[in-house]
Amino acid sequence: MKKSIIYAVFGCLIAFGTACTQNKKLPIYGDREAKIIKGADGVDRIDTIYKTIPDFKFLNQDSIEITQDTFKNKVYVADFFFTSCSTICPIMHRNLKTVYEQFKDRPDVMFLSHTIDFKYDKPSVLKNYAKKLGVDTKKWEFVYGEKEKVYHLAEHDYLVAVGEDSTAKDGYIHQGWLVLIDKQRRIRGAYDGTKTEEVEKLKKDMVILLAEK
Amino acid sequence: MKKIIVYTIFFLAIAIVIYACQSASEIEMSKYLSNGKDIYKAKCQNCHGENGEGLGELAPPLTDTVFLKNNKNKLACFIKNGADGPLLINGKTYEGKMPSFPDLHDIDIAQVTVYITNSFGNNQGMYTYEQVANDIKNCK
Repeated sequence: MKKSIIYAVFGCLIAFGTACTQNKKLPIYGDREAKIIKGADGVDRIDTIYKTIPDFKFLNQDSIEITQDTFKNKVYVADFFFTSCSTICPIMHRNLKTVYEQFKDRPDVMFLSHTIDFKYDKPSVLKNYAKKLGVDTKKWEFVYGEKEKVYHLAEHDYLVAVGEDSTAKDGYIHQGWLVLIDKQRRIRGAYDGTKTEEVEKLKKDMVILLAEK
Repeated sequence: MKKIIVYTIFFLAIAIVIYACQSASEIEMSKYLSNGKDIYKAKCQNCHGENGEGLGELAPPLTDTVFLKNNKNKLACFIKNGADGPLLINGKTYEGKMPSFPDLHDIDIAQVTVYITNSFGNNQGMYTYEQVANDIKNCK
């Protein structure tokens, strides 16, 4: 009798142990709503609709139009910056560059940097910036768009505050979030790009997200 | 005998004075270095990096000792008024613009310059705020 209890306890421990080693999942951010859908068998089921990044259309550093389809079935990191920014952008892109170096051989990873300086950062300026940063692949898109579109996308969809501010040193203010988007266009994480430890966490989380089925 | 004692005391006194002077300038130097490091972190590190390594071709490294030495009297101008390339550093040409830091006082510029020119493999000694004032007068 005693023996069987020991066996049972042992079995439970193993079960717990394997349960814990199961894949960790990243949270899904943003508003969500419940939707009732009729299954094929005619039974109503409740489905969760997550917030996703809507369709977009911008010019990249090669003056080529890119859309959400460029990022289809890719995990990508999005951020907002401008090339003449001398405050947080250099450190953000210094850190993001290390992420880029780590993942640049993965076909299902991309990077998307939006400029918020719609007056000056035309594609040729972005091209020059990318070259000087040391990025010359199709993995990292630097995109230019109209103010309303970029700012709306930043604040409503990627949840990053951006704005023009004549009192700021370089004329614009923005937050330094690096936003992690999954293959279903959902937000799975946001990391302060100015802090190295947060960027290390982004790298770890990207590995977890890429392993997700 | 008395003479010897007087001489000994005299030379000892001089030795102490010299020693004290040296450590006073050393203290001044370390004050410049530690304040300069704080200013560097706040104003320069974003672009030039924690170890003065620069950022791609966007911001030049601060490790070119020869450049720093040859342009020592221009460094204050670069910091105060910004710089607009091209600059040849470590054999590479940098075209970018460096922002200006008009809010920095002469003493801040002196301290951060001392930090930069005595870190990242550089060892160029003291640079006082009087020298900064003089160099800024001659900015182009």
